[in-house]
Amino acid sequence: MKGKKALRLGGAAAVLVALTTACGTAGTANNASNTAGAGTEEKKIEIFSWWTGAGEADGLNALIKLFQQKDPGVQVQNSAVAGGAGTNAKQVLATRMQAGNPPDTFQVHAGAELMAWVDAGKMEPLNDLYQSQGWNDKFPQQLIDMVSKDGNIYAVPVDIHRGNVLWYNKKIFDQYHLQPPTTFDIFFKDADILKQHGITPLGLGDKDTWEATMLWEDVLLGTVGPQKYDQIWQGKVSWDDPGIRQSLETFKKMLQYVNSDHAALDWQDGSQLVATGKAAMNVMGDWAKGYYTTDLKLKPNVDFGWCVTPGTEGDFMVISDTFGLPKGAPHPNTVLDWLKVLGSTEGQDVFNPLKGSIPARIDADPSKYDVYSQQAMADFKKDQLTPSLAHGSAASPGFLDAVNTAMKVFVTNQDIDQFISALKTAAQENNLGQ
Amino acid sequence: MDSLQRMDAVPQGRRRRPWTWERAYPILTLLPSIIAIAIFVYGFIFWTGYISLTKWNTLTVNLAWNGLRNYALLFQQFRFQADLRNLLVFTILFILCCLVIGLLLAVMVDQKLRTEALFRNIFIFPMALSFIVTGVVWQWLFAPNSGVNLILKALGVKHLPQWYVDPTIVPPGWHVGQIQLGLPIALIAVVVAAVWQMSGFAMALYLAGLRAIPEELKEAAAVDGANAWQTFWKVTFPQLHPITVTTTIILAHISMKIFDLIYAMTGPGPMFATDMPSLNMFNTTFQGNHYAQGAAIAIIMLLLIAVFIVPYLVSAFRQEGRS
Amino acid sequence: MSARAVRRSLLYIILIVFACFYLMPVYVVIVTSLKSTAEIDLSRMWQLPHQLDFSSYADAFNHLAPNFWNSVYLAIPGTILSSLLGSINGYALSKWKFRGANVLFPIILFGMFIPYQSVLIPLVQFLDAIGLYNSIPGLILVHIIYGIPITTLIFRNFYAGIPDELLEAATIDGTGYWGIYRHIILPLSISGFVVVGIWQFTSIWNEFLFASTITQPPHQPVMVALQNLSGSQIVQWNVQMAGAFLAALPTLVVYIFLGRYFIRGLLAGSIKG
Repeated sequence: MKGKKALRLGGAAAVLVALTTACGTAGTANNASNTAGAGTEEKKIEIFSWWTGAGEADGLNALIKLFQQKDPGVQVQNSAVAGGAGTNAKQVLATRMQAGNPPDTFQVHAGAELMAWVDAGKMEPLNDLYQSQGWNDKFPQQLIDMVSKDGNIYAVPVDIHRGNVLWYNKKIFDQYHLQPPTTFDIFFKDADILKQHGITPLGLGDKDTWEATMLWEDVLLGTVGPQKYDQIWQGKVSWDDPGIRQSLETFKKMLQYVNSDHAALDWQDGSQLVATGKAAMNVMGDWAKGYYTTDLKLKPNVDFGWCVTPGTEGDFMVISDTFGLPKGAPHPNTVLDWLKVLGSTEGQDVFNPLKGSIPARIDADPSKYDVYSQQAMADFKKDQLTPSLAHGSAASPGFLDAVNTAMKVFVTNQDIDQFISALKTAAQENNLGQ
Repeated sequence: MDSLQRMDAVPQGRRRRPWTWERAYPILTLLPSIIAIAIFVYGFIFWTGYISLTKWNTLTVNLAWNGLRNYALLFQQFRFQADLRNLLVFTILFILCCLVIGLLLAVMVDQKLRTEALFRNIFIFPMALSFIVTGVVWQWLFAPNSGVNLILKALGVKHLPQWYVDPTIVPPGWHVGQIQLGLPIALIAVVVAAVWQMSGFAMALYLAGLRAIPEELKEAAAVDGANAWQTFWKVTFPQLHPITVTTTIILAHISMKIFDLIYAMTGPGPMFATDMPSLNMFNTTFQGNHYAQGAAIAIIMLLLIAVFIVPYLVSAFRQEGRS
Repeated sequence: MSARAVRRSLLYIILIVFACFYLMPVYVVIVTSLKSTAEIDLSRMWQLPHQLDFSSYADAFNHLAPNFWNSVYLAIPGTILSSLLGSINGYALSKWKFRGANVLFPIILFGMFIPYQSVLIPLVQFLDAIGLYNSIPGLILVHIIYGIPITTLIFRNFYAGIPDELLEAATIDGTGYWGIYRHIILPLSISGFVVVGIWQFTSIWNEFLFASTITQPPHQPVMVALQNLSGSQIVQWNVQMAGAFLAALPTLVVYIFLGRYFIRGLLAGSIKG
């Protein structure tokens, strides 16, 4: 087994050495493989993702189509793994990577989730690609930082989702003359009015736990601000910090306004509560917009409205899907061609309107996007970008796993001391910030 | 034991036969299977045991020695403590319900009914289904706003149970380690689904047991003036004792391994009220990438099962040796 | 009415109540899967459909068809091969006593009681090393190997019922080991093969843990695909129900037509037989 793996890695390394030199001399990736002496590479690529839902699968297919137009004759294997909002896919990916059998390229969230692979020495740097494509000033620096380590860039972001969005039922808000809750004070004022009228103030579906973690991270960001928020995940803030405790107090208070069956519902069920008027508000990433407009056929600003989650004006919780080049990928040259399409404005504008996300590039064409996305695109350019914990960008998968475990307990027993001590243990066990 | 000794004695008693391929065939036939079991069962268990003592709690393989630390951490975890409680509660409820319902159904079906085959088939058919199918379907039946609760609502029940969403543990007040001891309400829905699927198994075994009891025994009791009720408890039930033991063992090992049903129906549940070691192992290993810790859970599961399966196997074959 | 008649009626009533409980999920599955998407509403779960609508079956079939065929390609060779292996093993153990057989057998048998979690990590590594990870043949191999204990057990108990005189007569005639197996044992094994075959087919078809860890799309068997389909509202639950029905159909059909043998397998699986 070892011998085989070594052979495979050796071959790939040879290709890559040739490839990096070829890129430097503006040669295309294709003739690089010819000079490598490792045999000509088949024009083939296996693209690994968890994009199987309606809009995202369409987006991926459109991207693949564009890729095939640019690169006629390329064979694409779309290995999208359904289920569990990516958890199934990540499991499959880990098994394959360990076995030394990586897909050519795979979907991974920017930040810690990508860095887990980088730290394991499984990813190839893409600095030359960025250089040759002139991408270094086309993506926000804060985003490039999220996919970089020690000056090396390891992935190409294809989309941006915003995590700190609060959706509300426009009709209910109009009926009771409520103000969009941009601060916690307004939020609780609204919530009390709604409760008096027998409407669940906050819809939540946290069957898969990350939904609750996400709500808390938005509360945390709104409480401590972006600088401290970042520092927490870098291990620079004590867990006994009053800001963290205060965020948990607020979060705990919020939980008193949620639907009682939240543990049985997933995020869509939670969002749907707002759509059907059973609940007035819902905190969810902006993929919920796609669910509202595409699946439930609701109209933005008529049926539903939105604002940033309380206290996070000027902050942008980033969830970004990226693709990179794993070491030992069977067709590295084709991957580079694929990444070029992913990082181009054309590629981003083909994919994102269908998926309901916004482009990661700052020079994309706003006219291709809907009213929500245009606003988000404008914010994305000027806001402070913060990495999402719940989506694996802020801290390692091991730490996130431990937080989710503790969160599952917290949403029920609401014991802040126990939660904080679980955070401490998790940070220690998973070497947070190192 | 007798037959074992007899077998050992035979070759010495006779003149040694010359070596032929004929004599080697049985062992040659079995050899591939023996090797496969040696590797895939015992070798792999050994390897898992080794992994559980390493630091492989990362995305990449790391076999540095970690001693018993993974086990120590496990027992401090809220989740694992809850798992052990759930496993115990689930196993007891599941076995008890299966045995009682299985015996009841077997006795009722055994009343020389014309429709016996129909009822028997209805009670056993869930056994032919996958736990995944059962989980998918019962998930909807116990959804708080649907299924069973619609019937309860129609019957006028005011406080509808929240089933697998309810994190309550009864009775309140017993705390051990980080967790509360008692019956997690959420587990009841899972027990119902599991009993629905497996009680037919208990019925089939009891039915076979009932049929094996000689009629004369019951007739003799009837002659002595015992009524049907007394006959059952004095004559029939004691005769079923070995069946009860076998069924309990089989159900217990199914219960300790239960995975698919929980995975499909509820997942870990609120506050891990429906979590099990099997599910924890799967999440920890393949989703959390904590391989060493997952291996430790697997080894604990194995030990829990071996504690009663090994004596059972030993006694079963000792009996067989005697007969 | 005589006391006996009262007792009988009471018995039937209780039995019917139980039967309703066992059939309740079947009712929900069938009723729901025949509703159109427009009629799907959790609060009307128990109501009959206004109009029969088979579109959820078409939808479920679209989702599951490739995985369904994976399961067929998995379960049929898996069943045949593991039954054959069990048969020759059972023959070797039951008719040709050798020193240590009674120690060896429980050691093999222990393999069917282990939680498969305890072999899962090495198994994945091993299958990858031999190039069978994420393939149906890999999964077939796994089911054959972990099926050895149960298939051997059932055949061993089955062959124990064949009188030794038959074999002794053949030995005197000079028929060899494999000759006896072919000409005497095998023809008598038909019902044994049916029992073991049904057992293995049902377990392989329904298995989830190995399938979900060893295979990925597009090689996943139907149960994994069904699980991925479920628990989300992106796929409507009428489609989930139709999917559950389709996935359960093969083993249900086997049960309906060969239920007798299925029950014999159940009993045989509990060691004593």
